[in-house]
Amino acid sequence: MTAAPPTRPGDLAKEGTVTVTVDQDRCCGAGQCVRNAPEVFDQREEDGVVLLLDARPPAELRSAVEDAVASCPAGAIRVTDS
Amino acid sequence: MATAAQTSPTSHPAPRGTCPFAPPPAYEQARHDEPISRVGLYDGASCWLITRHEDVRAVLADNRFSSDPENPGFPFLTEASRQLLTVKPTFIRLDDPEHGRLRRMLTGDFTMRRTASLRPEIQRITDELIDRMTDGRHQADLVNDFALPLPSLVICLLLGVPYQDHDFFQECSRTLLHRGSTTEEVVDANARLTEYIDALTASKRDNPDDGILSRLVARGELEIEDIGAMGRLLLIAGHETTANMTALSILALLRNPEQLAHLRAHPEATPAAVEELLRYLSIVQNGLVRVAVEDAEIGGTTIRAGEGVILQVNTANWDDDRYPGADTLDLTRDTRHHLAFGFGVHQCLGQPLARLELEIALETLLRRLPELRLAVPFEDVPFRSDMLIYGVHELQVAW
Repeated sequence: MTAAPPTRPGDLAKEGTVTVTVDQDRCCGAGQCVRNAPEVFDQREEDGVVLLLDARPPAELRSAVEDAVASCPAGAIRVTDS
Repeated sequence: MATAAQTSPTSHPAPRGTCPFAPPPAYEQARHDEPISRVGLYDGASCWLITRHEDVRAVLADNRFSSDPENPGFPFLTEASRQLLTVKPTFIRLDDPEHGRLRRMLTGDFTMRRTASLRPEIQRITDELIDRMTDGRHQADLVNDFALPLPSLVICLLLGVPYQDHDFFQECSRTLLHRGSTTEEVVDANARLTEYIDALTASKRDNPDDGILSRLVARGELEIEDIGAMGRLLLIAGHETTANMTALSILALLRNPEQLAHLRAHPEATPAAVEELLRYLSIVQNGLVRVAVEDAEIGGTTIRAGEGVILQVNTANWDDDRYPGADTLDLTRDTRHHLAFGFGVHQCLGQPLARLELEIALETLLRRLPELRLAVPFEDVPFRSDMLIYGVHELQVAW
């Protein structure tokens, strides 16, 4: 039996887990992170500021987290490979 | 590198072309030929017109560009906006940290979770409006009987504004958003709306309810006039935008039968359809305005401190580099990072609510009115080319 080929060239670089950090001071409460990755982000009840639920989300959430990062209007989310 | 002296100005606003859904052809052309170009304003001043997705997004996220009209060089699009923007502003026309301080007093009311909890109520209002619209009738003006009352009822509920006053505040709102209103008319409408909201807000001291105005009063951190300014903003922004998106979306779907058929066959795809309609219709047709407070290089052009910019959201959302075949309504496309709600720290506060209202409105209308169709020739539909927020003044539909 042969191993399944990698799906697309770009996918390999996108694999693996990431470490997420948020900057609550920068957050403007637009909720884009919760829209994109509700498993990883939440909003504080009183003022909508970002809450990090999972700083080391599983690999399958990586692209959702990357969408959250790119969608954050305030640039308040950072990810690094972990 | 382009400079102000080298380029020939077009004017703002530019007229729409033959397709009423398309951004003005002059601005589409500008995006191809000179994506950051000079544009002439009503008062003879000029500023930069920014038309590409990447550049618009970059400026909106860049704190070297200010939203505060007190800064020299801020571009005013009408004399009325000059008059209004220099009276006491609320957070939409302030920069951080003051902007953030005020905005955070409201963000808790528009979180994803809080908004989602409104679904049953919005569904109930939607169904009641459709019941009333269809009662014994087979034709109606979708704007007046559905698209406008739905978000008006919802924002009144959230703010604690009595809906029975809707004729008054909708009339003020129309005057404030009409490009052709005189300065006197705009100042007068703003004064009347201010007086109304301030009095209502003050009344919440003794008669509090569950609404946002009451909560801001109880919080005790803001003067009545500051709360009133927020209330005016939320009341206008909360109903004009969603109302116009709803009616224009239905029209766009009726004009694109294959897309409509797709949506009817896949009602679960309504949230994705809403995103594409937001992108395709980009109703904030006058664009967003900022002024550079430091020199900044954007897309190869140096924008000097004190120079104004107009960020043309509609051409940005029709940028083929970002959305291939952008001039086509395609409910299945990748719509990520569209700019219909803006970007940066001023990005629309009410976007979760707008999305939910649009989703419920479109899904329910299409489900309950399977024969929905235009009741007048398309050429006779009156488009809102004369308003700051695009849409249709009236939409006669039959079912």
